[in-house]
Amino acid sequence: MSDRLSVFKTYKLYVGGKFPRSESGRVYEVSDSKNKWLANAPLSSRKDARDAVVAARKAQGGWAGRTAYLRGQILYRVAEMLEGRKDQFVREVAEAEGLSKSKAAVVVDAAIDRWVWYAGWTDKVAQIVGGGNPVAGPFFNLSSPEPTGVVTVVAPQKSSFLGLVSVIAPVIATGNTAVVIASEDSPLPALSLGEVLATSDLPGGVVNILSGRTAEIAPSLAAHQDVNAIDLAGVEDDVLAKELEVAAADNLKRVVRPQPVDWSADPGTHRLTAFLETKTVWHPTGSLGASGSAY
Amino acid sequence: MPTAFADVTASDSTLRRFLHGLPGVDAVGLEARAASLGTRSIKTTAKAYAIDLAISMIDLTTLEGADTPGKVRALGAKAANPDPTDRETPRTAAVCVYPDMVATAKEAVGNSGVKVASVATAFPAGRAAIEVKLGDVREAVAAGADEIDMVIDRGAFLSGDYMTVFEQIRAVKEACGTARLKVIFETGELSTYDNIKRASWIGMIAGADFIKTSTGKVGVNATPANTLLMLEAVRDFRAQTGVQIGVKPAGGIRSTKDAVKFLVLVNETAGPDWLDNHWFRFGASSLLNDLLMQRQKLATGRYSGPDYVTVD
Repeated sequence: MSDRLSVFKTYKLYVGGKFPRSESGRVYEVSDSKNKWLANAPLSSRKDARDAVVAARKAQGGWAGRTAYLRGQILYRVAEMLEGRKDQFVREVAEAEGLSKSKAAVVVDAAIDRWVWYAGWTDKVAQIVGGGNPVAGPFFNLSSPEPTGVVTVVAPQKSSFLGLVSVIAPVIATGNTAVVIASEDSPLPALSLGEVLATSDLPGGVVNILSGRTAEIAPSLAAHQDVNAIDLAGVEDDVLAKELEVAAADNLKRVVRPQPVDWSADPGTHRLTAFLETKTVWHPTGSLGASGSAY
Repeated sequence: MPTAFADVTASDSTLRRFLHGLPGVDAVGLEARAASLGTRSIKTTAKAYAIDLAISMIDLTTLEGADTPGKVRALGAKAANPDPTDRETPRTAAVCVYPDMVATAKEAVGNSGVKVASVATAFPAGRAAIEVKLGDVREAVAAGADEIDMVIDRGAFLSGDYMTVFEQIRAVKEACGTARLKVIFETGELSTYDNIKRASWIGMIAGADFIKTSTGKVGVNATPANTLLMLEAVRDFRAQTGVQIGVKPAGGIRSTKDAVKFLVLVNETAGPDWLDNHWFRFGASSLLNDLLMQRQKLATGRYSGPDYVTVD
């Protein structure tokens, strides 16, 4: 037996590119699928949530203003960094979800591939959902997608890593910034993801990760006037989901409702387009003949 | 000037003897007290009261080279009606502008009751001949300024020439006529708490209506500690002479939390007599937006964003 003391990790939140403890000073116990204690995670307060929104709003303009190509490069860089820390995530996912090492490895690989999938979409989504519209008049009519703004994401509860990546990546790929509430029972992969994001050229504040009780933090985020959209993927309680939708309606937030999702399946573009607004521009062609006009 | 101080200001040496005879400031104790008073958490109805009080104490300020008449008019409109979605919101105490903008500001606030303050006397450096400073003041007063914010000559103060500082304040006070005079010490440049205390006493003896921490143009502006020190000075001065003098921290107060901390300091140090915009002011520009956002949060239960308040 080694006489070396093991170093326990103090998991922290990831807000505004920094790793703060919860403002409330609270923590809660995280255990594995067999109820064995793993670590203490910060128990975020509403104030932490509000700070995260401030950080996300601050980062949003700069992130959306980067070229789509550069955003893709940065997302790809995140995948590279994930690849390098695969062992850690395999261990955390195995503990969180009660999987064998080999099954957890499959899940982590899928999550990294998922990240690359969305990295590839950053500079292609505009061609798919935007473009020139045929209109009956002497105009060019062009639609282009723009980010919605600050998006709150309630991460899936059971799929602590693949599900998490599947809801964060589409939000930031299109130029939004995210405030993420990690899985309540297994937040550790999410908090570790924060460390990866911090070291992969992603500007601080683009992704902010909170751990804690969904029922405590989510309502103030759903009602927050400076949040533009909310993804309720991980809200399992129907009553809470309805409450959140009602609160979100107040400033006309976009809402993605909770629905059964097979996270291992092809994600499609549904989540990517859910957080885009379409801007349409009418522009005179300068040539009246183009519309078939007689004069 | 209270007769009690006639002897003190009789000559350079009596003034110096008086100022250096003031009890020294315990810097560690002062900072500890300011910090401990700042830890209180103010909630719900008390918070709502504090927010409204803080809004009513703001000297909404724009002091930039790039100030335009349009910007000053916008500021005046905002001071008179800070939150157009809620008419219950109190108006601010004053708008604070450069002397050449006084007429524009006066017109902008109209008869809303918002006062116009002007930073005369070669603000912010204060490095000009006394005639120039007095001219600056007279021009602002003639244009309709209700309040004059003057800066002291820090060079004279730091070289120990207290009489010059005293006499300049006297002269400016005379030039103000009916306008109230706020004397800015620029505490960030005075180096020590003892100096801030001495400056406060010079200002009070010379007839200032307000003593003010800073111009907002240097690194260290209003801090809880230097404001606490000035509040103690006005409290002691009133106990000694019966004359009440106002205090205005300025610069660097940006959040509701900060503002509430200062209000606690006022109540605990000088007392509730100063919890009024006639005796206490905040020199600030971005503070108002945060107060309005907090006010909206209390009224609606929802956190608000910067899109819901005007941009300064």
